[in-house]
Amino acid sequence: MVIVVLAGAMMVFPFAWTLSTSLQTSDTLLQVPPQLIPPSPSLDAYRELTEVTPFGRMLLNSIIVTIVITTAQIITSALAGYGLARFEFKGRHALLLLYLATLMVPSQVTIVPLFVGMSRLGQLNTLHALILPMVASAFGVFLFRQYFAQMPAALEEAAALDGASPWRTFWSVALPYARPAVATFGILAFMASWNAFLWPLFVARDEAAMTLPVGLASLHGRFETDWNLVMAGSVVTIVPVIVVFVIVQKHISSGLLLGGVNK
Amino acid sequence: MTWLGSSQRWWIVFVGPSLLMLLAFTVIPIIAAAALSFFDWDLLTPPQFVGLGNFIELAGDEDFRAALIHTITFIFGYVPFVMAVGLGLALLLNERSRMAGVSRVVFFMPVVSAWVAVALMWRWMLNPRFGIINWALDLVGIDGPAWLFERGWAMVSVIAASVWKDAGFVMILFLAGLQTISKDYTEAARLDGANSWQVFRRVTFPLLSPAVLLVSIILLINSFQVFEQIWILTEGGPLGSTTVVVERIVTNAFSFGRMGYAAAMSWVLFAFIFAVTLLQTQLQDRWVHYGD
Repeated sequence: MVIVVLAGAMMVFPFAWTLSTSLQTSDTLLQVPPQLIPPSPSLDAYRELTEVTPFGRMLLNSIIVTIVITTAQIITSALAGYGLARFEFKGRHALLLLYLATLMVPSQVTIVPLFVGMSRLGQLNTLHALILPMVASAFGVFLFRQYFAQMPAALEEAAALDGASPWRTFWSVALPYARPAVATFGILAFMASWNAFLWPLFVARDEAAMTLPVGLASLHGRFETDWNLVMAGSVVTIVPVIVVFVIVQKHISSGLLLGGVNK
Repeated sequence: MTWLGSSQRWWIVFVGPSLLMLLAFTVIPIIAAAALSFFDWDLLTPPQFVGLGNFIELAGDEDFRAALIHTITFIFGYVPFVMAVGLGLALLLNERSRMAGVSRVVFFMPVVSAWVAVALMWRWMLNPRFGIINWALDLVGIDGPAWLFERGWAMVSVIAASVWKDAGFVMILFLAGLQTISKDYTEAARLDGANSWQVFRRVTFPLLSPAVLLVSIILLINSFQVFEQIWILTEGGPLGSTTVVVERIVTNAFSFGRMGYAAAMSWVLFAFIFAVTLLQTQLQDRWVHYGD
């Protein structure tokens, strides 16, 4: 019990310290002894953040990129998962193997050619470059295929008897049924794209095209000693994801979490 | 159910979008990476075919060998450490389901946070002069090291920060494994007079071994790809003592403009990951117990 509480405190403290630092002014930042409760808390660091970098633009980029990628991944994966679960066609097995094989290849292998491609197409520093390569997810296809494969057939059969096309049946029967899978996969996709660093580091080089993690890294390079500024940027990057996580965590099943490692 | 008759052809509509994207942004790039690794290309001048030149150069590249050694050092420090911490937490929490809800949130906060932000948090706390950690050490009379700026301590700091970030993830995986173990086994062992350690060693751990294998494979695959924390915490330093494989790939592609060479490196990384995963699944018969 004591160990658990102690370990929990070790988890929470760095967050508290980060928040506290972000509320310090430059005068109190480096004082000894350090104060967990800032003597004169202020939002100066946050204001300065928006003045010295296009921080609002970065935040907006992150929001757009994350929403588009998450939505697109849910739709493409659910559709393909349904297609692979409910249709018999030549080459279905080979397709499944293809998806599985791509899961095994680390993303670093594809990143150099993708960068070369985007650079040749003149798409560096655009949102397209950040979004397009991420709209399909092999892991998502697997997750939805498993989910739809064990869905009882009666619901769809009723719809089919009423003359509904597979397309209509999918949207009105199958997808609503798969709400738990959508929630779990959605949160994983959301976190992965909000926190993504390696690919944006390659293609978002102008500050105006950066998402928060890359922006934060460049901020740190420029303002190494203004820790209140850097920590304010960290807070803005971390808070949305933790808020979303706390809200939806009850819907996430640990078994499905396993997939979260397949970035 | 399976769609029949004329509905059959609908599969293209369903699988099409995902498959098209997968081909364009994963399959073709994988093939392109293979092709690219036989060329020298800086994106400014036309690509030069160099055959196996990149791989030959790689074999003699001191910087790459150092990065490989640092990556393996990281793995040897990080994987056992985070598994021990994660398993310990899971065992402690498994008995106390009342705390499970709140613990899940607390221990998962670092897991869901962006590595860049977490690395910056640690960089600030580990600051040699103004960091809270050296201040606390000073209170108990210890003159703290320069952490990220000191050979040896830099890698230790990276490993510690990584364990802190991922412990909750490992914990959740082990908790899921522990929940599949019936209390009957452990209670029977206790009735036979086994102490806690014996129960763990002889009953819980063997039953948990499939989860241990799974977790270790996941962690190994991920830790071969260690990058973000290194990029922010140490930038490969001090004096190149914490460079890692992915950092080499990024630096060669990004800073040196050597696309072919970077692609060749990424294939070597893939080969290592593949070989180690294969080895682990081969060795599993020796110690993994699938209850029968």
